[in-house]
Amino acid sequence: MKESRRGSLKRREAIEGWLFASPWIAGFLIFTIGPIIASFILSFCDYSVYSAAKWIGIENYRKMFFEDSLYWTSLYNTVYYLISVPLGMTVALGCALLLNRQLIGKNVLRTMYYLPSVTSGVAISLLWMWIFDPNLGFFNDLLKRVGINGPLWLQSEKWSKPAIILMSFWGIGGTMVLYLAALQGVPEQLYEAAELDGANSWQKFWHVTIPMLSPTILFTLVMGIIGSFQVFTQAYVMTNGGPLNSTLFYVLYLYRNGFVWLHLGYASAMAWILFIIILVITLLIFRSSPAWVYYEAKRGKWI
Amino acid sequence: MIRGKTQYMVINSIFHVLAYTLGIIFILPFIWMVSTSFKETAETFIMPPKWIPSSFRWQNYIEGWRIAPFNLYLLNTVKITLSVLIGTLLSNTLVAYSFSRLEWPGRDILFVILLSTLMLPYQVTLIPVFVLFSKLGWVNTHLPLIIPSFFGNPFFIFLLRQFFVTIPIELDDAAKIDGCSNFKILWQILLPLSKPALAAVAIFSFMGTWNDFLAPLIYLNKESLFTLSLGLTFFRTQFEVYWNQLMAVSVIVLLPCLIIFFVAQRWFIQGITLTGLKG
Repeated sequence: MKESRRGSLKRREAIEGWLFASPWIAGFLIFTIGPIIASFILSFCDYSVYSAAKWIGIENYRKMFFEDSLYWTSLYNTVYYLISVPLGMTVALGCALLLNRQLIGKNVLRTMYYLPSVTSGVAISLLWMWIFDPNLGFFNDLLKRVGINGPLWLQSEKWSKPAIILMSFWGIGGTMVLYLAALQGVPEQLYEAAELDGANSWQKFWHVTIPMLSPTILFTLVMGIIGSFQVFTQAYVMTNGGPLNSTLFYVLYLYRNGFVWLHLGYASAMAWILFIIILVITLLIFRSSPAWVYYEAKRGKWI
Repeated sequence: MIRGKTQYMVINSIFHVLAYTLGIIFILPFIWMVSTSFKETAETFIMPPKWIPSSFRWQNYIEGWRIAPFNLYLLNTVKITLSVLIGTLLSNTLVAYSFSRLEWPGRDILFVILLSTLMLPYQVTLIPVFVLFSKLGWVNTHLPLIIPSFFGNPFFIFLLRQFFVTIPIELDDAAKIDGCSNFKILWQILLPLSKPALAAVAIFSFMGTWNDFLAPLIYLNKESLFTLSLGLTFFRTQFEVYWNQLMAVSVIVLLPCLIIFFVAQRWFIQGITLTGLKG
């Protein structure tokens, strides 16, 4: 009697478990798995919404790799933009180390560093267009004050990407907060033990701080790379890919193919290659992680 | 001893100077934005740029706002943002409850799948979802921007789940003995205890929707349906715009996000450190 009651309770809980999770399960089927399969099939088709999809085999991929030089331009620009990930992480770590000290007005400082990272979108892109204005913006004015003649930034083929990378540093506050939290989790005894062994500041940083931060570094690296591959709004609003396609990033080109020219098959093929590139890079980073990421014996933090 | 102390004070002051200089650099673009928004048009063309306007011209805000139907864009944005907020809170609390408090076959596998979708570039699903919504006739409606939020979001589910697992399960057990249903446990016990996590979710959802650009760009072509982001872009490309007006409108668009940030900063930071993700 008791056994069967427990059994029915368990069954009830199982049913309710599925029921409560059903919004996400349904969403996963409708908005994730279904579309992934559909976009894979579409990538082998010629398709605009208005006519039926026509199977053309690997034609989209062939065209992409061997005929479409703009595709390679967009890939090159995006890979170039990836520099912003390690650079931004370094800046974020520097800021976190600074704020981890006993400073007067620490919370005010943290707010100042963190604030820009929560703002994004069109308004911010417009603001940076104005900042980078070669004659009227304040960036070149500041440079002039220290004796540098600033470049044309967004209007220059050579400086447009560095400008967008510079702009990305402004939003490192989120990463910094993660590093700050991780720094505060490093046990004081480890530093004391290192001091007893005669370690100097640099050695403490390199052999205690960095290993203790490595899981967070791994995580921000992976998420940063995924995010950088998807840069879109800045490029669309500030330069619309120009000048001379120097800021035509992957997703901007994908957007044009899919939603301006309605080459939905071709855009799907681009999306799949993007997916594969991100997957391979992520796997390579995770594969390399045992060599440089230090995990404590306790269960991983992320799950 | 005294020398050591002096040395410490010197180093300490250097760090303070460095930290505050950096802080000012981070804030500078905002100051520039606000300063431009109050300038006379002629003053925005002066080189080198002036940081403090010679007179504060409030009219830029009114004139900028009137160039395009920004009241309508604001209304659309508020409508979408609030609808998404409701969808997000409803769906994600239910799902997170299931993943954190209930035992059911397949749960752990599905949770791993859920986490892996965090890394999925959304572009892979973008086109088929667009095709789906256009077959439903939803292009040029706000539905494609709202409806998906009712189906849960892996980031928010993860965030809430991480918070729920810190609440003692004994509370649920006691309530169950008293005959509480799961729904009641979630509603009356878990949610009141989870205000910080719910606040974090609400804030991230608000910011994400308020600033979203790609989805409105893809789904909305009619000007009457535009959001603020879209309106702002349109405004720049369609009209002869002066930077002072453009910055004034941008300040207005940004203001709700800044206010929320200052009111709710600690929940933001909690949300970030709880999940290790930046929202």
